[in-house]
Amino acid sequence: MSIATTDQQHGAKAHSDGGWDAPGFVPVQSRAERFASNEPAAYPDVTGREIEWKYTPVDVVRPLIDGELDGSPYAYLANEADGVALDWIDRDDERIGVAGAAEEKASANAWASFERALSITVSGEQSAPVTVTRTGLGDAARAGHTVIRALPNASGLVVLQNGGAATLSENVEIVVEEGARLTVVSVQEWDDDAVHLASHFAVVGKDAFLKHIVVSLGGRVVRVNPSTRLAGEGSDTESYGLYYADAHQHLEQRVYVHHEGANTRGRVTYKGALQGEGAHTVWVGDVLIGTDAAGTDSYEQNRNLVLTEGTRADSVPNLEIETGDILGAGHASATGRFDDEQLFYLQARGISEEEARRLVVVGFLAEIVQRIGDPALEERLHAAVERELARGAA
Amino acid sequence: MSTLEIHDLQVSVETDQGTKHILKGVDLTINEGETHAIMGPNGSGKSTLAYTIAGHPKYHVEGGSVKLDGVELLDLSPDERARAGMFLAMQYPVEIPGVTVSNFLRTAKTAIAGEAPALRPWIKEVRESMTALRMDSAFAERNVNEGFSGGEKKRHEILQLELLKPKFAVLDETDSGLDVDALKIVSEGVNRAKDRTGMGVLLITHYTRILRYIKPDFVHVFVAGRVAEEGGPELADRLEEEGYDRYVAAADAGVA
Repeated sequence: MSIATTDQQHGAKAHSDGGWDAPGFVPVQSRAERFASNEPAAYPDVTGREIEWKYTPVDVVRPLIDGELDGSPYAYLANEADGVALDWIDRDDERIGVAGAAEEKASANAWASFERALSITVSGEQSAPVTVTRTGLGDAARAGHTVIRALPNASGLVVLQNGGAATLSENVEIVVEEGARLTVVSVQEWDDDAVHLASHFAVVGKDAFLKHIVVSLGGRVVRVNPSTRLAGEGSDTESYGLYYADAHQHLEQRVYVHHEGANTRGRVTYKGALQGEGAHTVWVGDVLIGTDAAGTDSYEQNRNLVLTEGTRADSVPNLEIETGDILGAGHASATGRFDDEQLFYLQARGISEEEARRLVVVGFLAEIVQRIGDPALEERLHAAVERELARGAA
Repeated sequence: MSTLEIHDLQVSVETDQGTKHILKGVDLTINEGETHAIMGPNGSGKSTLAYTIAGHPKYHVEGGSVKLDGVELLDLSPDERARAGMFLAMQYPVEIPGVTVSNFLRTAKTAIAGEAPALRPWIKEVRESMTALRMDSAFAERNVNEGFSGGEKKRHEILQLELLKPKFAVLDETDSGLDVDALKIVSEGVNRAKDRTGMGVLLITHYTRILRYIKPDFVHVFVAGRVAEEGGPELADRLEEEGYDRYVAAADAGVA
């Protein structure tokens, strides 16, 4: 395979993140100093012990890290809406690489492999949510690249709806320009044996707002890592996640919010449910409040509801603060079993235990679904959560 | 006529210090239409009695029976007991995130009645009960007990009592944490429900003030896991003046 080079190429020096044995070596301390390159050869071999891989079943995703990826354009379905344009753009298009760069090898592999990128541009007032549906990616290992852009003062809602078979590594760039308001929802309802690694890179401009929502329900291994740079003064993001892991399913999300500009606001809430032997979820929440981010208001939280024995939920909130002049910064994480008091309360009103469990789980996850702002999709996801539950009861 | 019959009920809980016996043989019979007040000092087992009747898993029944019209409730799950006609108004109702009051009430009514209520009459009934309890209509769209004040939680309990129409209701310290106005509103709700359905009421309280609004037919003084004395409403007046000291001292002497 040929590896295309890009302007952002880090250089030919391989293994630049290695050297752990060198005298006086200090591992990366700040999230901002993490190595980034769109060139896979710039990364050392992945062993599974690296900070960004240590929770992931590396053997399952290996083809996406080291294998050859088909980067050709794929078929998708999208509804039409005023104010939104979709088209395939070339690798050298200036819109590519604006929001960020790969920080791990599978992401770099996808970046090096895609032939054309899917561009979704929101201009003005979007008349209806746009849903881009991918269901025909197939089993062969693929690379994808998507650029979602909201022009100044535009507002819109874009849903990336994923289903069917997939072995996919992809990068999604999200650019929210000054004064724009954009909602991006990525829904993973893949087939049971699908493998999906995604890195989302968002940059939010002055007084702009991004609502980012990750919903992961289906797939063998699904890892969606959204990074958001609150670059402009007064920029604002709300980042939500909902995941429901069944037996032997690995659902991972690494959320990074970088407060760069002054008076920025960040809210991160991820909620997950786990049921069945070997169900594994990972949430890593990194928040960095930079030296120029005076007046920052930031909060991140993760909640996990454990429904059966044999599951594992990893939850790692990290908060770095480089300026003292902030409004507030906090984080919270809780992983718990069913609350017996909630069940008792509902049962004491005549509601059967099974129905009570259903109410509690659906209610727990409803908080995220209610944030989407697309009634049709909300309804569909409520139903999808109920199906997940029924699967566990069966 | 419906009857709730508690006989020689003995209950323990597991604590860090080991098994603790709380109820040591409770006998109590309540007929429909009757209101029984259970009064007693803190730690006497009043709430244990309430939660045991409702079937909370934390309480282990060591012996005795609780029969509703001859059916042994202790053999039933909490939801089966509720469907048999029991209701417990809780002292500390828990939050259920993401479940709205209206969804919760409709689900509970459907479970108790065995079929979904007809929509229009149901909405009307809910609205009327909420108005009577001075609850804003926006309340129905809030999540169950989430962010409710103490008074709102108690009103919500009594709203359920009015709508679910049990044969017997146990009110566990429904008066605690209520100001005088809220206490009156909540008491009126209980009296309304009782007038309509003729249910029996087991009113558990530490203080006599709720008895000004909900008139008991019988008063039972509960001390150290047993009924220490029984009488009519006049017994409550005496407790108001004398407190529980006399009973507690007697119970301590009995133990020693």
